[in-house]
Amino acid sequence: MRARRRREAGRHVLLIGLALIFLVPIYVAVVAASHSAGDLLAAFPYAPGGLLLRNLGRVLIAGFPNAAPVDRMLANSLVMALGISLGKLLISVPAAFAVVFFNFRGRMLVFWLIFITLLLPVEVRFFPTYQITAQLGLLNSYGGLILPLMASATATFLFRQYFLTLPKELADAARIDGVRPLQFLLRIVLPLSRPNLAALFVIEFVYGWNQYLWPLLTTTDTHYQTVVMGMQGMISIASSFGVPQWNLVMAAAILALLPPVLVVVAMQRWFVRGIAAGIN
Amino acid sequence: MLQATSPARTRARPAAAPATRAVFPQRALPLALALPQLLVVALFFLWPTYLALREAFINVNAFGLGGRFVGLANFAYVLTTGSYLHALGVTAEFGLIATAARMALGLLLAEQVQQVGRGRAIYRTLFAWTYAVPAAVAGSLWLFIFNPQVGMGGEILAALGVRWNFLLSSSQALAVVISMTVWQLTAYNYLFFTAGLQSLPEDVLEAGALDGAGPSKRFWRITFPMLAPTTFYLSVVNIIFVFFSTFATIDILTQGGPDNGTATLVYRIYQDAFQNANTSVAGAETILLILLVSALTAVQFRFLGRRGYYQ
Repeated sequence: MRARRRREAGRHVLLIGLALIFLVPIYVAVVAASHSAGDLLAAFPYAPGGLLLRNLGRVLIAGFPNAAPVDRMLANSLVMALGISLGKLLISVPAAFAVVFFNFRGRMLVFWLIFITLLLPVEVRFFPTYQITAQLGLLNSYGGLILPLMASATATFLFRQYFLTLPKELADAARIDGVRPLQFLLRIVLPLSRPNLAALFVIEFVYGWNQYLWPLLTTTDTHYQTVVMGMQGMISIASSFGVPQWNLVMAAAILALLPPVLVVVAMQRWFVRGIAAGIN
Repeated sequence: MLQATSPARTRARPAAAPATRAVFPQRALPLALALPQLLVVALFFLWPTYLALREAFINVNAFGLGGRFVGLANFAYVLTTGSYLHALGVTAEFGLIATAARMALGLLLAEQVQQVGRGRAIYRTLFAWTYAVPAAVAGSLWLFIFNPQVGMGGEILAALGVRWNFLLSSSQALAVVISMTVWQLTAYNYLFFTAGLQSLPEDVLEAGALDGAGPSKRFWRITFPMLAPTTFYLSVVNIIFVFFSTFATIDILTQGGPDNGTATLVYRIYQDAFQNANTSVAGAETILLILLVSALTAVQFRFLGRRGYYQ
């Protein structure tokens, strides 16, 4: 009994130790963001200073020279993340509904056209996709940030799999009762799909927020830059000062990572569900 | 982020005749419902893929005008210049080390959390949150921590006698890049191993305990072999991830340097397309990457059915 309790205590020590190690980078960022740039030149100060709110406020409202203020970038990131997550749900639910509940001419073709996209994520074909986006005149626009990243069937595939688990009798009964397909979708299928909708929303929100390469390629106008891609510009501006402004870079980093981390922690149940379903 | 190659819980995969619950007789309505997605796919998937194929086989002259069909010449050029094979080597080294480290740590965490009596929900939060951190932001943290002049990690390593400067040493640069992805992506492996452990049949584990085998023997003889489907799935996903999702990390931390020591395949395409403005070479490199990732995905789909085995 005592041996077992000792083993349990040992496990907690190990796990808490590892959890703290995972938190070290965030602690370092907070310490750096709470000091002046000059303080960071000497040996690293291991205790937080008193300038955290001032530095956060400064990057948020004033930002870095020749770059958009971070509040603008955060707003753009929010538009992009919501646009991708909601947009994907909006196009993939009807498409999955169509291939599962109807038997129409061209169904096979529609099916394969959509699911072939599972083979190639945008990161692999970013260069030609960039050329198309430029030809369509979508550089420096929210459409250019959002639409190309919606060309993936991950959500469609998940909904298709889920719809196939619904008993066939459900749809049969609806049809016999004279329920029209769209009513069936809105009144019966969507309410049943709520957990899947939530899981997909979390995953796609984080996916959209965390994009780096795509906004880097398609936005040159600071008006459309997102905070994650903006990190690169902020780092190079901050390093160009005589005293590198790492305190401000770390303040911006904290602001950039907080929204997706909070969404995942708050909606953890749905997040884990989505991950386990393979929609990374 | 990763692509969703594999809905892990689903044994069914798109087969020759896709399954259906078809009950509604309408013909135009389903087409209208699928149309928005079809449009997005046509514009931003089919067209770009066609373009990459075309560019890979033509050669555009120095003024960006015209272009003639050159067959496989672009591929021959890419494969014989050495720098592409170098990038392939870097990608493979990065992929193998990072995959092993993330999986080992993820499995350790999952195993230990599974055994504790209390606090599992809290541990799940504490080990899952890093997955939500944007790679570019994690890269910024690492850039500061391991900065040779002002970084805390740099100071500690220097105090330990390491001549630390990852901006000059390509092996140190690769170590920084790999450690960052381990920090960020162990969470993913932890979540999958947790799901795998929870799905193992209790009675087999208990039988092992009754046989009097010690905990470590039980783990390696019984638990670990039964996790094989999860282990296999995760090794493929982690490797694929390194093949296409490392751009932000590399761009923030090392820009592929020093001496191309961290230039992965995706980074190489970016350099050829946007810095060297060589669309033909970038097109050929894109096609090669597509072939590589498709092959890995095919392997994954082929064995996908095995993953759900114990569930």
